[in-house]
Amino acid sequence: MDFNSSSELLALCEKGMSIRQVMVAREVTLGETESETVEAKMKKALSVMRNSAHTPIKTVLPSTGGLIGGEAEKLSKHMESGKSICGSVMTKALIYSQAVPEMNASMGVIVAAPTAGSAGVLPAVLFALEEEFNLTEEQLLDGMFTAGAVGYLLMKHASVSGAQAGCQAEVGSASAMAAAAAVIMMGGTPQQCFDAASIALSNLLGLVCDPIAGLVEAPCQSRNAIGAANAITCAEMALSGIKAVVPFEEMSAAMLRIGVKMPGELRETALGGCAATPTGCAHNCRIFGGCK
Amino acid sequence: MAFISVFDVIGPNMVGPSSSHTAGAASIALLAKKMIGEPIKSVEFTLYGSFAKTYKGHGTDKALVGGMLGFETDDVRIRDSFSIAAENGLEFCFLCNNDEDEDVHPNTVDMFITGQSGRQLTVRGESLGGGKVMLTRINGVKVQFTGEYHALIVIQHDHPGVVAGITSVLSSWDVNIAYLRVFREEKGGLAYTIVESDEEITEKAVDVIKKNPAIKDIMLVKR
Repeated sequence: MDFNSSSELLALCEKGMSIRQVMVAREVTLGETESETVEAKMKKALSVMRNSAHTPIKTVLPSTGGLIGGEAEKLSKHMESGKSICGSVMTKALIYSQAVPEMNASMGVIVAAPTAGSAGVLPAVLFALEEEFNLTEEQLLDGMFTAGAVGYLLMKHASVSGAQAGCQAEVGSASAMAAAAAVIMMGGTPQQCFDAASIALSNLLGLVCDPIAGLVEAPCQSRNAIGAANAITCAEMALSGIKAVVPFEEMSAAMLRIGVKMPGELRETALGGCAATPTGCAHNCRIFGGCK
Repeated sequence: MAFISVFDVIGPNMVGPSSSHTAGAASIALLAKKMIGEPIKSVEFTLYGSFAKTYKGHGTDKALVGGMLGFETDDVRIRDSFSIAAENGLEFCFLCNNDEDEDVHPNTVDMFITGQSGRQLTVRGESLGGGKVMLTRINGVKVQFTGEYHALIVIQHDHPGVVAGITSVLSSWDVNIAYLRVFREEKGGLAYTIVESDEEITEKAVDVIKKNPAIKDIMLVKR
């Protein structure tokens, strides 16, 4: 039991399987494990995600580089003040998307999804929708396995590495995964999952990886916010019946082609973009020293 | 990596901030700790490339020491690994090799480990991204070892029949070999046979294999 493309996966779904069932069957046959073990591991990942998305809202965590910390708490207080301009789903997603990178940067435990730098996107969408629509744990697990299917295809045929293909491969991939998760959790079809994923990827094409001082702090944290917001936006589009103009496979190939054309300075080397601004360089000197 | 698991996508569960610089570093050190197979007295870490430049901001140093203490990638004790090492009498130090001419993967660490019995082991590890790791040198000999399977690392004199002896013992213990590779310094010198298997290999099988006088040492590494 395996699939090599979204069309092969959709063909399996036509025969009556859900994406989650296909993903579990893959693990059982190819990963030589039991379905109970697979379900238990995903539940464990969900519980780690839940803790990482909630802890920093109440407890501000210091990051090793000192560039971030306290963003989730600020956003949460702003929401409680009634002055939020984003609406309930988006505001909650925003809070969780900032909490996880804060947890990550303080050496807390997170789930890479698909990477540590983009780990806030999927939990943000999962928990914002859970609260707003009273989703069950089973629905969240449907979302996670569906996100896993999208991420698997991107890992196999494109890239989820900032060093290889820029932030579009990390936050872009996470956003495509989360968009698909949102669609399936809100009752959409498997085809709509890939429409949402393709649109989400296309919206973040070209995004470079330029971490200040090389640390997974800024602009990584705020890019998790845009990844989550983009995921919700694209899920809404797909659920409304809007189809992706370019199919998912072609979009992931486009993402990889753009990634390999990116100059090295913009692929996680901390030599370009935000990292190369005067302020970015100053932070680098403060943290690591060794400046003239 | 032939099979991409859903947990390669949604995972690993890890102490942040970086899958390559934190989780990968912890995995490399944990693998080396399993290899030496006894309590560790001291470790000297030599960092290369990006590890050498950014290890403090990524907690690479804490993760490496945590791995030597036996911590998995999602063990929050990694944060406090320095003080836990002090409590356990594990000595460590860090050196940086910033020589641009060194032809190494950007995320590379050499570990010179001394066990409490005085046993010594030098291991080079590379963090390949997403938490994936590879050990690429053991005592200076180039190898490839990921620790994804149960493994036996046999250090032997490069004589005919040694490998056949290892496989026949394993087959008599019903161990199905997934991969077997031999790495050596030079013809007739020391060779390293790395056997990776689906089943756990028992100490008793190791004792039988050890009876061959051409075998110098064996390391049993459980997945």
